[in-house]
Amino acid sequence: MSIDLSFMIGGEAGQGVQSVGFLLSKVFARGGYHIFADQDYESRVRGGHNFFRVRVSDAKVSAIADDVDILIALNLDSIELHQSKMVTQGIIIFDGKKIKRVNDDNGSFLSIPLEKLAEEKAGDKLMINTVALGAALSLVNYDLNVLNEVLEDRFGKGKVGNKNIAAAKAGYDYVQSKYKGKLRKLKPLSDTKKMLLTGNEAISLGAIAAGCKFMAAYPMTPASSIMEYMAAKSKDLDLVMIHAEDEIAAINMAIGAAYAGVRAMTATSGSGLCLMVEGIGLAGITETPIVIIDAQRPGPAVGLPTRTEQGDLQFVLHAHHGDFPRAVLAPATIEDAFWVTVNAFNWAEKYQLPVIILTDQHLASSHATVDSLDLSHIIIDRGMLFSEKKDDPLEYMRHRVTKSGISPRAFPGLGKALVVTDCDEHDEEGHLTEDAGERTAQVQKRLRKLISLEKEIGTPTKHGPERAETTLISWGSTYGTVHEALDILHREGASINMLHLNELWPFPVKAVADAVSKARNSYVIENNATGQLAHLIKAETGYNVSDRILKYDGRPFTPGYIARAVRKEGS
Amino acid sequence: MVKISDYAGLRPAWCPGCGNFGILKALNNALVEMKIEPRQVLLVSGIGQAGKLPHYTRGNVFNSLHGRPVPPAIGAKIANAELIVVAISGDGDAYGEGGNHFLHAARRNHDITYLVHNNQVYGLTKGQASPTSDVDFITNTTPYGATSPVNPVALAIVIGASFVARGFAGDEDHLSQLIEKGIRHRGFSLIDILQPCVSFNHKNTFQWYQERVYKLGDKKCDPSDRKAALEKALIWGEEIPIGIIYEDNLPVYEDQLPALSGGPLVKQKFNIRRVKKLLAEFM
Repeated sequence: MSIDLSFMIGGEAGQGVQSVGFLLSKVFARGGYHIFADQDYESRVRGGHNFFRVRVSDAKVSAIADDVDILIALNLDSIELHQSKMVTQGIIIFDGKKIKRVNDDNGSFLSIPLEKLAEEKAGDKLMINTVALGAALSLVNYDLNVLNEVLEDRFGKGKVGNKNIAAAKAGYDYVQSKYKGKLRKLKPLSDTKKMLLTGNEAISLGAIAAGCKFMAAYPMTPASSIMEYMAAKSKDLDLVMIHAEDEIAAINMAIGAAYAGVRAMTATSGSGLCLMVEGIGLAGITETPIVIIDAQRPGPAVGLPTRTEQGDLQFVLHAHHGDFPRAVLAPATIEDAFWVTVNAFNWAEKYQLPVIILTDQHLASSHATVDSLDLSHIIIDRGMLFSEKKDDPLEYMRHRVTKSGISPRAFPGLGKALVVTDCDEHDEEGHLTEDAGERTAQVQKRLRKLISLEKEIGTPTKHGPERAETTLISWGSTYGTVHEALDILHREGASINMLHLNELWPFPVKAVADAVSKARNSYVIENNATGQLAHLIKAETGYNVSDRILKYDGRPFTPGYIARAVRKEGS
Repeated sequence: MVKISDYAGLRPAWCPGCGNFGILKALNNALVEMKIEPRQVLLVSGIGQAGKLPHYTRGNVFNSLHGRPVPPAIGAKIANAELIVVAISGDGDAYGEGGNHFLHAARRNHDITYLVHNNQVYGLTKGQASPTSDVDFITNTTPYGATSPVNPVALAIVIGASFVARGFAGDEDHLSQLIEKGIRHRGFSLIDILQPCVSFNHKNTFQWYQERVYKLGDKKCDPSDRKAALEKALIWGEEIPIGIIYEDNLPVYEDQLPALSGGPLVKQKFNIRRVKKLLAEFM
């Protein structure tokens, strides 16, 4: 990539940090640039310190950079906390009239009277964030028209839109007249607008595209925006999103809807999933297809509510008592989240089991550009359905013992077949039984579904040479960051490759065993404290991973962090 | 033509003389009376002796977890509004483990009927106190006596259920009529059913109830008068009223869902072209 520029907007909650970050991302995405942006925010509505990082490139990016080129500091904290991340030629935009304690010793500070301009040019001193946005774009000489178009889309053509456009222009013009530095000029690359999505938006769109008609959920950061999006689209898309009284109700409602024949889902985070655990087993024994999104955050219990972690892997693999099949998927990128979700609904219905999608705050609330989502690639496979034309509905048995373990589904009220199921162990008809033979037959039948499901699991993604001294192993949302760390280490001449998993259960035993056994050093890279994937690899393949790069401070990895850890430089 | 034999299910594993038999019979009679075929009905039950009822009749059955018949019943009703959805619980299932669901299902006024077999004791786990056990009721888990019981009908009125009735398993005909009215009512219908437990409740026996119950409706009263209904609901002791205690037309949750205006969700065809429009919003 020849263009790789990182912006950071810092301030307190309520100052419009999120808004500027989003608009900045949107403006560049409109101009054909690739974007990756993440959010770091505290669990509070006002005050504290929040920041939003936007990386702009002419090539695909799916990680945050270690350094910052342009910092929009809406308060003093933003300067003090992030100054050390600035590149040598970097620029810090701030309001010198409001932040007085700055010593400009290296020419990297650009004071702009943000509040004064907001008041004079837009008539609203709350618009300092939009003035700063215009100023930041002016530093790289970006096309102001693209910004105006984005502001108009966001705030409308009326008074609010015009005030924002005036505020942005004030910041833009001010910088044009004052800034004499040498930052690279960025022109829109093409007329091809790119989609800009968060992980949660990609999941919501994936669910809708897969024909999901029902969602029940209870709000929990960082999953809530999925239920909000589904609710917002419920009228246009003829779907139902019900805000349940708690997570227990949410999962049980989804199971009821799925039993009645519609594709259904729920979404939560770790401690919400704790409440849903009984539902996972209910879906297991009643063979009801549901999709559960777990947007992970650091635990245990309430943990760090607005931050990121990959600490639920072992939990979701085992959540619930007894033996029954399930699938666990972990999208690698925001685009992947769309396709993984589509896939999850198909697997849930084909194999009649719960499918859990593991994301995390880093994936859920980061933004990335996505080239296009080709809807013609979507296949909706509802699995084996009972046909009353071919078979006698009076003979229908919901849990019929079959060779594959899959019993054709019928839906209550749609035909003559009576659909009976039970959370107690049941006979083939679905009535409760304590018969030892029937119990054994049903357990075996359910577990047999895994045999076909295992064949659906693809090969983990590999990058780098087939044989290398060091293999990096990662899963889920860290994909882009690990990939970039790999590139850094490659350029330094290291013999290194990577293996990344986005399908975790059934576990891809062969591919992982192969990779671990060939490498002299193998590292798992995980956002958790104990190396949960390393445990899984040991359990499933018998191989020990030789080293672990772990981070559990609630913040995502950066490529530089991983590269330093591999070089044993410490973080 | 729907016949009572259409509702012949498996042989019940309840104790001889159990009040559940009367409830089973009343439900079957109500469904036959309403000319409803088993395939039109979805019975969603929880865990407890009451939870077994769906297996002893015929219909579509979702026997759910303890305390959880209501959430899947709501999910299924939203997925297919043409189903007649009856949720079935005992007093522990409904007012203990499932208390929160009861509260919010009533408040949101989902269009389901909820039969609660209330025998004031735990049967399946053998004789522990339930949320409706009378004060000072001594059991293995309440050696110093049960504490203040929940009044399910008063609670239902206060939290916004639109149909609240109390039945008695010993009066099958009266109960059958209540169930029929509950099913016909649009909105959340609670029918709390006094049900003697012959094995574990030797206080609130068949005779105990028989001596106390009297039918509302013998006297003229307006069931939509919420304040008067609450007064009736609070009567418990020497006299226990049975019948419809409160009934009114309140907004039904399912009616406010725009997606259901095009017919049952499960019958609606999915059109991927509409997704294309959504994608464009992110450009």
